[in-house]
Amino acid sequence: MQTEIIIAGFGGQGILFAGQLIAYAAMDAGKNVTWIPSYGPEMRGGTANCTVIVADEEIGAPTVRNPKAAMVFNLPSFDKYEPLVASGGVLIVNKSLVDRSFDRDDLAVVMVPAIEIAESLGEKKLINMVMLGALLERLPVLSIEEIEKTLAKHLPERHKHLLPLNSKALTEGAVFARKALAEVA
Amino acid sequence: MARELLEGNRAMAEAAVRAGVQAYFGYPITPQTELLEWMSKRMPELGRAFLQAESEVAAINMIYGAACTGVRVMSSSSSPGVSLMMEGISYIAGTELPVVLIDVMRGGPGLGNIAPSQGDYNQIVHGGGHGDYFPIVLAPSSVQEAIDFTVMAFDLAEKYRALTFVLADGNIGQMMEPAELPPMQPVDRPIPDWAVRGAKGRERRILSSIYIRPEDEEVTNLRLLERAGKIKENEVRYKEYFLDDAEIVVVGFGTAGRVAFSAVRAARAQGIRVGLLRPITLSPFPSEAVAELAAHAQAMLVVEMNSGQMLDDVLRPVAGQIPVEFYGRLGGVVPFQDEVLTEIERIAHHPPTIEFDPREKWIRRMKEILN
Repeated sequence: MQTEIIIAGFGGQGILFAGQLIAYAAMDAGKNVTWIPSYGPEMRGGTANCTVIVADEEIGAPTVRNPKAAMVFNLPSFDKYEPLVASGGVLIVNKSLVDRSFDRDDLAVVMVPAIEIAESLGEKKLINMVMLGALLERLPVLSIEEIEKTLAKHLPERHKHLLPLNSKALTEGAVFARKALAEVA
Repeated sequence: MARELLEGNRAMAEAAVRAGVQAYFGYPITPQTELLEWMSKRMPELGRAFLQAESEVAAINMIYGAACTGVRVMSSSSSPGVSLMMEGISYIAGTELPVVLIDVMRGGPGLGNIAPSQGDYNQIVHGGGHGDYFPIVLAPSSVQEAIDFTVMAFDLAEKYRALTFVLADGNIGQMMEPAELPPMQPVDRPIPDWAVRGAKGRERRILSSIYIRPEDEEVTNLRLLERAGKIKENEVRYKEYFLDDAEIVVVGFGTAGRVAFSAVRAARAQGIRVGLLRPITLSPFPSEAVAELAAHAQAMLVVEMNSGQMLDDVLRPVAGQIPVEFYGRLGGVVPFQDEVLTEIERIAHHPPTIEFDPREKWIRRMKEILN
């Protein structure tokens, strides 16, 4: 079993960190994992993306053309990756920053108002956690509990007070994805 | 030691620290800069030498000098920076000094770009500096190998008084994988009997690459050549995957090797009898392993992130026994697994013939892919 996830958006949206968090959690769960950023001459506000591969067996290529899942945080990333996600895959979209709906009917797509949800929790920076919560609801690669355990293990002491808020953001994202699924059904 | 999630560049730096490197001189360049950055923090806190030189030319000459004292020294750079070091590299080879250099290759020629590439193969494996010399070249394809080969590079460099490269690419430098670092080695190892550190109370020693009399230079050249032969006898390393009953043999190193591994595994799932030979030492090249495989397989496919620089090293031992095909992506483009899989399928279903030049055939197919 191998699961590829592309995470893409603007620099500063916590894209690379969200990917690293998945990678840490996968490692802690005893799986094989690779994390690789696109590392062009990029800066805050420019594009940022990374590919995370989680697998039971040895991982070969660390990048893929057609990932099983994509989390896109802005319109250019939505435009770029919507056509590329493998059929039957998962696409999590930051609805707060895109002004169009999706075209694919062979994917599980969740349009998450991530900025609004994060702001309702009092911290806009949590959008990556909201998006990650929504992803894990639809992609059974790791559980939210595993992500929480990993956060508690690897967060530096000075950031540990943020753990409850991060958990809340993950849960809110997951709850939104579950509701969105129920509505479609 | 526990597995940690490590980035290739920082992992190679920490591996060198733990292998007992006592001096690092370098200059920042993407996609290698994190290696130097890690050294800038770690070396001073351990009381060892770190210096960001004014250029790669300065850095390699600092390496040259420091290596003469018999301690473990290294530098790292990326393609254009390594080009700048070439004069010093030749001097180091000519003076027979154990030096470790890491090249995290990027797209070229020229300033090129900062994306992963294998375009420096010929430059590093077959020279690049002037004169007859034979470096040892190790090609990691994962963060764990990047760590292990960095440590091995110091051991091999010392064992043979030979220039030793770790030839990585931007992917290996930038990616994170779970990996295990080695234990910290003591730095106070015995000083070799050729080192120059002050001649008080003993005969003067001279380390130099100058041999004014051609006859003396020739003796040195022959010594280097003989040593390269010994290295070839003892140190050839490679990894084999699914080769036991393979009718098609894929050959690839580094990142191209692991992309090929994915493709080979996918082709095996379709029932295609294909295997992978992944050279670890590019110099000495596993020529005998290639010749052996050519005697039993029906075709080979060489996969690289360049225009087929290793292809020539594969063609030589194959010696026309079987057809060899080539697939490469250039300029910083990393092939996807499905591109290599398509090549394997093509070879399996339409066995190639020997009489065509693999590079010309590939260029024709590339034009179709790109159009």
